[in-house]
Amino acid sequence: MDQPEPNLATSTQLPKAAALQDTPPQDEVYAPAGSPVFDAQGVSIYYGSFRAVTDVSLTVYENEITAFIGPSGCGKTTVLRTLNRMNDLIPGARVEGGVHYRGASLYGTGVSPIAVRRRIGMVFQKPNPFPKSIYDNVAYGPRINGERNKAKLNEIVERSLRQAALWDEVKDRLSKSGLGLSGGQAQRLCIARTLAVEPDVVLMDEPCSALDPIATGRIEDLMHEIKSRYTIVIVTHNMQQATRVSDRTAFYSVLRDEKSDTRTGVLVEYGRTRQIFEDPRDSRTQAYVTGRVG
Amino acid sequence: MSATVEADPARPAGSAHPLAHRRPLGDRVFQILAASAGVLVLVILALIAISTSQQASSWFSTEGLKVFTADWNPATNSFGALSYIYGTVITAAIAIILAVPISVGVALLLTEVVPRRWAQPIVYVVDLLAVVPSVVWGLWGILVLAPWLQHVYTSIASAVNGIPVLGALFGPPVSGASFFTAGLILAFMITPIVTSLSREVIATVPAIDKEGAYALGATRLEMIQGAVWPHSQGGIVGAIMLGLGRAMGETIAAALVIGSSPVITSHLFAAGYSMPAVIANQFGEASGEFRAALIGLGVLLFVITIIVNLMARGIVERSARRKRGA
Repeated sequence: MDQPEPNLATSTQLPKAAALQDTPPQDEVYAPAGSPVFDAQGVSIYYGSFRAVTDVSLTVYENEITAFIGPSGCGKTTVLRTLNRMNDLIPGARVEGGVHYRGASLYGTGVSPIAVRRRIGMVFQKPNPFPKSIYDNVAYGPRINGERNKAKLNEIVERSLRQAALWDEVKDRLSKSGLGLSGGQAQRLCIARTLAVEPDVVLMDEPCSALDPIATGRIEDLMHEIKSRYTIVIVTHNMQQATRVSDRTAFYSVLRDEKSDTRTGVLVEYGRTRQIFEDPRDSRTQAYVTGRVG
Repeated sequence: MSATVEADPARPAGSAHPLAHRRPLGDRVFQILAASAGVLVLVILALIAISTSQQASSWFSTEGLKVFTADWNPATNSFGALSYIYGTVITAAIAIILAVPISVGVALLLTEVVPRRWAQPIVYVVDLLAVVPSVVWGLWGILVLAPWLQHVYTSIASAVNGIPVLGALFGPPVSGASFFTAGLILAFMITPIVTSLSREVIATVPAIDKEGAYALGATRLEMIQGAVWPHSQGGIVGAIMLGLGRAMGETIAAALVIGSSPVITSHLFAAGYSMPAVIANQFGEASGEFRAALIGLGVLLFVITIIVNLMARGIVERSARRKRGA
């Protein structure tokens, strides 16, 4: 503990600026990290004049699963939605600081949020299939990308549903409505729909919080299966889930300003999941992962 | 206390079961009021249907199926209603074709495009169209719109004259007060209701569905096609059908601008007639068989609008069922 491992994220001492030097790891316990996919430096997110999250710096690596954990209101979902510019849809939302995706600024001039979202997909907390057939749900993304070839679409739909481990359950009723599926199936349909546009990154916002344990287990298995091809960032309320699925974990917390009575989300600690849960550097992380606060 | 217990015949006084609960008086009074209000509506509807059918029965019995011919001549006591039915259907169809794209477009604009603080004034303006009395629409139509439209119609008619389909629809004869003028005025009149109902339906589309489309890289238009439209098409069809019912039943405005000429023609710029318009124009001097025929027209109109409404309901329910995944 007194000897900091250089390959792990250093803890952040707030309110001092979080300076996370997360260099690619060289230890044998973990596979070497891929190239950085997201690189956030000193990111603050505002809704109007309300500062929801302040000073977040972290790096997300290729083909890893990165988990965001923390109590309610800590801004983990807000940060997640910044990574594919979903917050643009909220009037008054504003991002300060640098968010880079594969070396390019996500919020630079001339960057189209539509192009961003075609590469960085998102799965939501509540399964939200469109009121269309299962087939049309999966084919929606490829179609808006201009794919009109029937045979190609069939191929994409089957491949995506197979990747989402849903094909065998729905292959005989592709023309039935996506709203007729169970919660777990609907969520896997939404994952298939996201994978159908062949994104680079899949962001997941508490994808299992509306599901029973068996459906949750299926989604977690699925995440392990697809991570060789995609980079995944998942927000979860469930710490066991973070330990089961993720390679790295970011722990967020709430900073209360007593004077102005405002709450702001902060990134407390970011590092290898095992380190965050077994050897947290920050006392707040320790209190949270051991269940003393939360 | 004992008086209220006796008021309940289902439970004799003194034998109150420990789990029994008397609904409070206010609750029962409210139930009676609500139930009688509901029954009253049905009774009024039934009375209207019965008394009008009765008064029109001599028309239906003497004319029989000749009701559906175009031979309408009070002097010879022939009352075939087809040209009025035709005019009603044509003007309502024109109104729907003109009003629906505008209404749905404005509704989408207000819900999905314009920021909320600008949307509200637009809503007020659109709703203002709804408070213009129909006689004002009619007077404006005949005094302002029709003379101007006559010029427009004339130039269109001479341009398309002789062209196969266009000539049949928009060629001469031309009249300022015509099927098309009536359809246009009706379109103005039903736009607010179709807009506001569509807007309400579109506003109920869950934000999470829209985000689902956006998260796949959809543009606003693609999001509307993928998330908003499948959710709201049933409700929008319902709004359109309600507008259709209004357009078919509109009386004064149509009577003023339709041209009062009972003809069946494909020429939309020609003067025509519709069921409510002929009732309004001729009821004053009608008696005997003539009067029965006019009332009969009203009964037919009533039946047609009921059928339109039932169809609308069917379409809305079928689309809701399909959405649920049955």
